[in-house]
Amino acid sequence: MYKKLLIILITTFALTSNLSASSDGELLLKKNEPTEVKDCFEKLNRATFAFNNALDGILFKPVASVYRVLPSPVRSGVSNSLDNLSNLVTIPNNILQGEFKKAGVNTGRLLLNSTIGIFGLVDVATYMGLEEYEKEDYGQSLAKHGVGPGCYIVLPVLGPSTARDTVASTLNFLGGDPWYNVTVRTDTHYVSHEDYYASKVTGGVDFRAKNYNSIENLKENSVDFYASVKSLYLQDRQQKILNSKKIISTQDDSDWEEIDNN
Amino acid sequence: MKLNKALISIIIFFTTFANAYSMDAEVFVQSTINRASEILNENISKQEKMDKLKIVAKETVDIKGIGFYTLGSVRKTLDGSQKSEYSKLFERYFLKSFSSRLAEYSNPEIDVNSKEVLNENYTIVNSILKSDGQRPDIKIDWRIYTKKKDSPLIRDLIIEGLSLARTQKEEFASILNTNNGDINSLFQALDTFAKN
Repeated sequence: MYKKLLIILITTFALTSNLSASSDGELLLKKNEPTEVKDCFEKLNRATFAFNNALDGILFKPVASVYRVLPSPVRSGVSNSLDNLSNLVTIPNNILQGEFKKAGVNTGRLLLNSTIGIFGLVDVATYMGLEEYEKEDYGQSLAKHGVGPGCYIVLPVLGPSTARDTVASTLNFLGGDPWYNVTVRTDTHYVSHEDYYASKVTGGVDFRAKNYNSIENLKENSVDFYASVKSLYLQDRQQKILNSKKIISTQDDSDWEEIDNN
Repeated sequence: MKLNKALISIIIFFTTFANAYSMDAEVFVQSTINRASEILNENISKQEKMDKLKIVAKETVDIKGIGFYTLGSVRKTLDGSQKSEYSKLFERYFLKSFSSRLAEYSNPEIDVNSKEVLNENYTIVNSILKSDGQRPDIKIDWRIYTKKKDSPLIRDLIIEGLSLARTQKEEFASILNTNNGDINSLFQALDTFAKN
């Protein structure tokens, strides 16, 4: 079953992506433009989305609603620890993207927060002047090296993704994620696979709690919730790849010229 | 006599300054935020808040323009009566969606920080919705249409870099796509949303 899924993903990926390397920002922007990403499996995606939505209603939403009323220091401690763990994937990807200064800063942050910051609970690095950078992953690194997103995919439980990002995330299980390596792949006697899965589930709950009202609001006020989530996810992904919070041509001015002149 | 003098002064004041008057985009956004905040802080029902917010939206947002923008290239294929039907439906949909989204916030604290003049027609005003303890700070950029200097209009809200107009455009495109481009399916969806 997994083998079949992997073959489908790899085929999709190879068919829809353009593997020519590119460092040109404009090309990168165009390649990851949300409207350019095809929804090749829309029916299946919509069904998976409905399943995830139901799962959210019975599991993530109720847990997040309890989590968000926990005292603020507890929530920020959990959030800081998860951010700290994410550095383990961000640092190799900083290097893969040629961002050596960021890799250095993130390594400093990881060391400080894991030790003085008590396993990442307190973000002492920021107090010491090492500001947090955006998280990076293997999908973003592939994108930076010119790999297109391929088809849009909704994964069960995990949610929206693209063919490129799904394939890239398997690198985490093939040695690319040190946290996975020490918890699941090797028996270290200190941490176990439960710790890995617990951190992933907590990450999901933390995300849901932080965006609790926004998600409920979007659900209530969308005429097509699936399409809204897809658009927002792909816009966000495009920004993360470009490492920019700057407004990326949100509107086509030629459209407006035509509207204004009519 | 006194009344005449006062009248002349008022006329001179307006003829001198009215033509030169233009509202700065930053001031416009700040004043719109202030109006919305006042409503959201009032001790009234959600429906009453929504009704008041709708009035603010009608005066400050280019609803008709956004409607045609979000329709995408399909707008070129519509005839006059379809355009007018769409404009009506879109306005009802937009006002409900906009006011309902905003009415959820009570006592929001938004700081207007800076602006970036893109060109003669557009200015982006940057602001931050301050953290309420349960969610972090949220960056909100306002895309303001400034061609008519005395009456700027909001054409998009960009929340943490995510454009609402763009999201809406892709949402409408998806509805049309799943219904073989039938514009009536979109009309139906907008009508159902506005009625519920």
